[in-house]
Amino acid sequence: MNQNMQSVFRSSHKRMIRISDAVRSVPPSGIRRFFDMTTELEDVISLGVGEPDFVTPWHIRETCIHALESGYTSYTTNQGLFELRKEIADTFRRDHSVDYDPDSEILITTGVSEGIDLVMRSILNRGDEVIVPEPCYVSYTPTVVFAGGVPVTVSTRIENGFKVTSEQIKGKITEKTRAILINYPNNPTGATMEKKDLEEIADVAIEHGLIVISDEIYDKLTYDGKHTCFSSLNGMMDTTVVFNGFSKSHAMTGLRIGYALGNRDIIGAMTKIHQYTMLCAPVTSQMAAIDALRNGREEMARMVREYDRRRHLIINGLNKLGLDCFWGKGAFYAFASIENTGLTSDEFAERLLLDKHVAVVPGNVFGNSGEGFLRCSYAASRDDIKEALLRIGEFLESIQRVVQYNVA
Amino acid sequence: MDLVRNILEIIENDPKIEISEIAALVGRPDADVMDCIDQLEKDGAIRKYKTVIDWDKVNNGYVYAIIEIKVSLERETGYNVVADRISRFPEVRSVRLISGDHDISLTVRGRSMKEVAFFVAEKIATLPQVQSTATHFVLKTYKEDGVMLHEPEHAERLPIVA
Repeated sequence: MNQNMQSVFRSSHKRMIRISDAVRSVPPSGIRRFFDMTTELEDVISLGVGEPDFVTPWHIRETCIHALESGYTSYTTNQGLFELRKEIADTFRRDHSVDYDPDSEILITTGVSEGIDLVMRSILNRGDEVIVPEPCYVSYTPTVVFAGGVPVTVSTRIENGFKVTSEQIKGKITEKTRAILINYPNNPTGATMEKKDLEEIADVAIEHGLIVISDEIYDKLTYDGKHTCFSSLNGMMDTTVVFNGFSKSHAMTGLRIGYALGNRDIIGAMTKIHQYTMLCAPVTSQMAAIDALRNGREEMARMVREYDRRRHLIINGLNKLGLDCFWGKGAFYAFASIENTGLTSDEFAERLLLDKHVAVVPGNVFGNSGEGFLRCSYAASRDDIKEALLRIGEFLESIQRVVQYNVA
Repeated sequence: MDLVRNILEIIENDPKIEISEIAALVGRPDADVMDCIDQLEKDGAIRKYKTVIDWDKVNNGYVYAIIEIKVSLERETGYNVVADRISRFPEVRSVRLISGDHDISLTVRGRSMKEVAFFVAEKIATLPQVQSTATHFVLKTYKEDGVMLHEPEHAERLPIVA
């Protein structure tokens, strides 16, 4: 190799690194682009965040401090502290009448996101399909792809309260289908499913021998009606993997702590991957989680009451501005239709951000059926919500003027 | 959520809030909220719409003291009688019956330590039912009625995250 060629080789070296097909096939999160834009603007009011605006309740933070002071800084068992698993088992027995063995049916993860990744890698062979109703949280379909599976999306509609129906699922089942992934209360729509709705899904799952992966991270944030844990449905205990955690209910997003509940074979498989890749969830966060379960009900209830007030404030506010807003009964998202503005979700969100410095997330980020909607998080202070509503109102007026001008 | 509790929690945190905003937060018509508040005022559940002031911020500081009192009770006069008597002084900001070594705890406010000390010595200690008093001057108030009197924490949140 002569010198010239060597330098060519070196300068192009960076470009020659090969990234796997699976990773390349997944587009970067659509949220990322908006994040980069907001960092350049000042005075931005953000309804774009999928995390509580509350700080973790003090008693939980205090437990973290105490744990550090006492020197709890080492690994725990791979599955997580037994004390925490026991506390989770007790909680589910009390709240949902389901019985999980803390020894073999519970795994502590670093948030639900890790758990979803683990379950996909545990159950999917190359080419296996997972049915995923959309709009949905941005990580589901990539996680399926990374595990070598094929996500098969189903579009839920506002007319049906963004619930997925058994008919829709049946229409997508093939011999390769392994699992259904559901998330109610739902991010980004705020939709919830009642027990009878879930039972229909359970019937399909049983009939076709499918695993149900149920992300119930928003279960505590159910404002109307009562949340039903999917594994509490008849016959679903063994074939459901339930995911939950502390991020939303106890404002602990940054502590990265969640858990998976399921039959011992699946949890065992997930634990195997977890032990080789994560070892264990951070011990400080595990201690915090124990305290959250033992002493956190009151503070959690206080936050839920405040979210409920903001839910009324923002949904009524958006409706008054003429943006049809879905009355979600859970999570902390208002999903507003912008169909009558003639703009796409991306256009609306981008111009709203640049013109009025209000950050929302365009609905298409959560799947094609989210096009025509905006996700507005009401995990923001009332003052911010009121100011955002004012600015959105101004923005709507300004685009209406343009429309009228064009027509004239 | 129970409407009464919901409204009370909102007003307790923000007495200046407008009826229409409360109505928006609880998802009920203005009239319902107004009726509910009227009733709560009539029943005496809502006693007063209060402001928490950090007087030190306006260079107009008061001196506060917590006074613990031991009381000797006579046959006819219960705690209520002496508590009522003490409550009438405008210098006295709060009066509580407490458990433990003492019987009654007061918060007294004055312009100077001397003023407070003389008030206790002359007006409180001299009451026939009062056996003894212990005066603790307040040096600094960190939290008042649920409100932190220093800058609250502000952890940065990223503006857009899934």
